[in-house]
Amino acid sequence: MTTATETIEGFVKSEYKYGFFTDIESDSAPPGLNEDIVQFISTKKNEPEFLLEWRLKAYRHWLKMEEPKWPKVSYPKIDFQKIVYYSAPKRKGDGPKSLDEVDPKLLETYEKLGIPLRERGRLAGVAVDAVFDSVSVATTFKGTLAAKGVIFCSFSEAVHEHPDLIKKYLGSVVPYTDNFYAALNSAVFSDGSFCFIPKGVRCPMELSTYFRINAANTGQFERTLIVAEESSHVSYLEGCTAPMRDENQLHAAVVELVALDNAEIKYSTVQNWYPGDEEGRGGIYNFVTKRGLCKGRKSKISWTQVETGSAITWKYPSVVLQGENSTGEFYSVAVTNNYQQADTGTKMVHVGKNTRSTIISKGISAKHGQNSYRGLVKIQKGATGSRNFSQCDSLLIGNKCGAHTFPYIEVKNTSSSVEHEATTSKIGEDQIFYCNSRGIETQDAVNMIVNGFCKEVFKELPMEFAVEAQKLLGVSLEGSVG
Amino acid sequence: MKQPILEITNLHAGVEGKQILKGVNLRITEGEVHAIMGPNGSGKSTLAAILAGREGYSITEGQIHYYGKDLLEMSPEARAREGVFLAFQYPVEIPGVNTTYFLKAAVNEVRKHNGLSEYDAMEFLNLVKEKMKILHLPEDFLKRPVNAGFSGGEKKRNEIFQMVVLDPKLAILDETDSGLDIDALKVVSAGVNKLKRQDNAQLVITHYQRLLDYIIPDFVHVLFNGEIVRTGGKELALELEERGYDWILKEELQTA
Ligand SMILES: Nc1ncnc2c1ncn2[C@@H]1O[C@H](COP(=O)(O)OP(=O)(O)O)[C@@H](O)[C@H]1O
Ligand SMILES: [Mg+2]
Repeated sequence: MTTATETIEGFVKSEYKYGFFTDIESDSAPPGLNEDIVQFISTKKNEPEFLLEWRLKAYRHWLKMEEPKWPKVSYPKIDFQKIVYYSAPKRKGDGPKSLDEVDPKLLETYEKLGIPLRERGRLAGVAVDAVFDSVSVATTFKGTLAAKGVIFCSFSEAVHEHPDLIKKYLGSVVPYTDNFYAALNSAVFSDGSFCFIPKGVRCPMELSTYFRINAANTGQFERTLIVAEESSHVSYLEGCTAPMRDENQLHAAVVELVALDNAEIKYSTVQNWYPGDEEGRGGIYNFVTKRGLCKGRKSKISWTQVETGSAITWKYPSVVLQGENSTGEFYSVAVTNNYQQADTGTKMVHVGKNTRSTIISKGISAKHGQNSYRGLVKIQKGATGSRNFSQCDSLLIGNKCGAHTFPYIEVKNTSSSVEHEATTSKIGEDQIFYCNSRGIETQDAVNMIVNGFCKEVFKELPMEFAVEAQKLLGVSLEGSVG
Repeated sequence: MKQPILEITNLHAGVEGKQILKGVNLRITEGEVHAIMGPNGSGKSTLAAILAGREGYSITEGQIHYYGKDLLEMSPEARAREGVFLAFQYPVEIPGVNTTYFLKAAVNEVRKHNGLSEYDAMEFLNLVKEKMKILHLPEDFLKRPVNAGFSGGEKKRNEIFQMVVLDPKLAILDETDSGLDIDALKVVSAGVNKLKRQDNAQLVITHYQRLLDYIIPDFVHVLFNGEIVRTGGKELALELEERGYDWILKEELQTA
């Protein structure tokens, strides 16, 4: 019997250990954004005409939009003309055909990050797509997956190899008009991952994408698109890290999920972008749009996120429950330590009859961290017999941090029900002393209490990553007390 | 030769400028059971908290030695690992952390400290099963979060259960009897008595004589207004029960 908290003993005591920089020659666009840059990216990637047009439409639309002001986060105005929108490690010819052709420096980088790209070792049961700055540098286990008809490749490759699928689904869940950052992403996105699970197939392994920002002054704008056909099943995980730098860097991704009849997509995130230092210098601005469409009957989409990194996090992984009897879930742990700010939550939009959604959100704030849960539960008129359950718990460590909850509920019929529970608790000196007096050190006591608090979310993560996530949480909260 | 476990000399301590302990002297040797009695507010819990290492007290004078070592120099967790145990007057709730996990971590900290291998889940369960029976604890007890939603009596039994599992050298019980009915009191006392050996000691803090019918002390000390004003055998407890604390105070005033 192992409980969720049992692995904490192995907690590593260290600072942000992914803060190194890989010195690799890169091919970059000049800083700034205009139609030429959009064109440049599209040309670099040798894209078909339809995609360039779509990008340009997105760009023109973006020019008319304003940055959202409603999140409870504050940061100096971003100068979009100072950002580099494309940066890729230099490579010869068309890029690597196999892992043997990947620059050894890159393989070494991922090795150091604990993500070996060789198809054996610790992650032997997980297929990885590695995205370095603006491009995907390698995807593992393609052969094994292809045998089952599963497509797992970089977005760029999908554009060339499966243009019909891209045309059909790109922007179908998050249109470029959706919001400021989604529009920006649509104009300049450079790569990302694409997964397609054909009808009736249970994906034989975990799929994962590992995002790494390396170059300075570069924004990362990637897109992920996952399509699960009828009665298929896939579990997907993304991880993220970046070097330590005093300047802030922008990461604005878009993720779209589509689940057809009886299909199930489980999407897990372990987000550990560089959070900035103790004084709040540097760190990633993580402004992300994630949405899933439960298009088919009895389909299911489940988001699980462990957000420990980033200076600012702004994301609301959502589910549109269109198919009758479909299910949406959101499980979240968000940590804000030092000067980190997070405004995160979800949207569950019930469109079809008898749809169900569950929201479990755990916010942890320490030092000067500010953590907001923002969630919308919308039950439309036609979504009769629908149900939502939301639980938002906040845990405070110390007196200078803050937790805020902004639940929005709209119910347009009388046969549906919505339940919302919220709690705020604090790790008290009494609890710490009680643990101390039983021989347990303060940091271990904090980890124990925090892990207990997050148990319900951790149990939703794939096994291999639940342990990682716990360790990460311990490291993120290092020195949060005393 | 019996070794002294705890030696408190002339302990003066306070909180936020308020003097609470005003020259406490106490010596506890292996195999002994000491009781500290005294009215509310006399400083009993303060003494217990200082022994366990709670922060926030200023020690203005005096010393505490534990097996010859300066106790005040040790962190609370180091004290625990070396065998000091405090059964709290008001045990704290730790929601989300299950009792098994918590207690296993505590046991393994002590084992690590003593250079022993850590217990795995099975070994730990074997260790605690028997001890749960001594304290009449329900089966599901280990799965519940530490003290969360426990009744007052359950919390106290949990303290003694932890004590029995950790097998300390110096057990300090702060008003473990308060809030217990007579049956629970018997169960808890049986737990405490099981622990008693020739190489450890117990310091039982209580407001009422009642507990001392079941846990028989070798010495009874009366703490009044931050000082031990009288020490005697177990018969002193009975006398206090009959006559209250006032007569001691009067005698004190006369001799002063
Ligand atoms: N943290 C504190 N701050 C201020 N006064 C305190 C504090 N702790 C205890 N005291 C005071 O010290 C005195 C002794 O308290 P305590 O040790 O709890 O007594 P007892 O356990 O004998 O009832 C009381 O007057 C109490 O109000
Ligand atoms: Mg008391």
